[in-house]
Amino acid sequence: MNVADSAPAMNNLLASNADSQRTLYPYVTGTSVVGIKYKDGILLAADMGGSYGSTLRYKTVERLKSVGKHSIIGASGEISDFQEIMRYLDELILYDNMWDDGNSLGPKEVHNYLTRVMYNRRNKFNPLWNSLVLGGVKNGQKHLGTVNMIGVHYEDNHVATGFGNHLARPILRDEWHENLTFEEGVKLLEKCMRVLLYRDRSAVNKLQIARITEDGVAVFPPYSLKTFWNFNAFQNPTVGAEGSW
Amino acid sequence: MSTAAESVPPKGGFSFDLCRRNEMLVQKGLKQPSFLKTGTTIVGLIFQDGVILGADTRATEGPIVADKNCEKIHYMAPNIYCCGAGTAADTEAVTDMVSSQLKLHRYHTGRESRVVTALTLLKSHLFSYQGYVSAALVLGGVDVTGPHLHTIYPHGSTDTLPFATMGSGSLAAMAVFESKYREGLTRDEGVKLVAEAICSGIFNDLGSGSNVDICVITKGKKEYLRNYMLPNPRTYVSEKGYSFAKKTEVLLTKITPLRELVEVVEGGDAMEE
Repeated sequence: MNVADSAPAMNNLLASNADSQRTLYPYVTGTSVVGIKYKDGILLAADMGGSYGSTLRYKTVERLKSVGKHSIIGASGEISDFQEIMRYLDELILYDNMWDDGNSLGPKEVHNYLTRVMYNRRNKFNPLWNSLVLGGVKNGQKHLGTVNMIGVHYEDNHVATGFGNHLARPILRDEWHENLTFEEGVKLLEKCMRVLLYRDRSAVNKLQIARITEDGVAVFPPYSLKTFWNFNAFQNPTVGAEGSW
Repeated sequence: MSTAAESVPPKGGFSFDLCRRNEMLVQKGLKQPSFLKTGTTIVGLIFQDGVILGADTRATEGPIVADKNCEKIHYMAPNIYCCGAGTAADTEAVTDMVSSQLKLHRYHTGRESRVVTALTLLKSHLFSYQGYVSAALVLGGVDVTGPHLHTIYPHGSTDTLPFATMGSGSLAAMAVFESKYREGLTRDEGVKLVAEAICSGIFNDLGSGSNVDICVITKGKKEYLRNYMLPNPRTYVSEKGYSFAKKTEVLLTKITPLRELVEVVEGGDAMEE
């Protein structure tokens, strides 16, 4: 992901009229989203940070939202593009409701819709600069998938975006198993989010968990993780090696 | 070349004679051989009585695995070992060089080498080459002042840490360390955690693979456990070997001698003119 320009105003002067109509780089970005399937449905976790380049500008950005009755979406990347995606999805759900035919769009359908939208925008060289995680349950079938800004999409028992792929996926590959309970699932997600908090510079210690089951969606209030900084070796680390740190 | 240049004895230092020819070849379209990199997972961790170092054993040349079972844990001194990631030649050369310097220093001082000595020698060498010596190292050892673990980056900066990972698989290994490390680990717990971290790198990073090497260094003792774990065995080996079904019949065997191109001159030497 590109680091946002520190002087966004300059770009408008330098870009021609045609160029300024398409997304060239992200400005306000969210970091990783991690999602897992568990016994009763899907759990998503994301922190609430919105970075403006290397500044942690916004610390209460809700990056997990519900979509219709059967899905939840989590987004990383450009926040304004996520808001645009939510408008598209709200319109999609609205039209579906207006049919009033007893059917409602399930997570598989919403995932497919998002894939088409992202891929077509990429083909027009005007991408929505996001990596999305889409999860849901419909008629007992759990679905968890991801789509990113170039249209790459896949489903799995656990997915992550951005840094989550490098730091959280290895942990999930080792420790995820079928039929996690809700508490086990949250504990596993917290383990991943803690490592991300330690090792991702754009992470903030304020995260939200969202859950979806056959019964409905719950986006839990934000909270922070306990961290440990008191290893002995961190006090006076260079007492043996002057000049290093 | 003028005759004057030949009579002057070589002064030593780098000879730039072939540089112009190499550039000319590159311009003509020659693809220079790429570096043999050790896309790698290397880790180190401090436990109760000393230091444990771990490494995978895959050496890559671009997308190809060049060596399935190379050694990335290098000997520096009887009580100091160093894991290397980056360009294989650079890590080998720089660790060999500092190892020799340490030995000479041991003869000079009559004492056991200290980890900070190795650290300073390595970092000053790497800094003077401004990052062009592409070696990222995890240096660990136990000396009179206690157990030490350092990471050294190609540009010459160092960190002193209780647990460290380097290489392309460092994030996967660090995820394991950050979630499972605690102080006062015993030897067996430490070895298990290091093996887990290397396995995380082996299975989640494409640049790392094959086996796990471990080195445990404690006061007065070191154990070099080469191929401690082999989590990637060759599963399907045919015991019968390969036999190809005989569907082809031999119809005719004909041996045609090649025409002799050498003309034998009769009488006298052909070279005599």
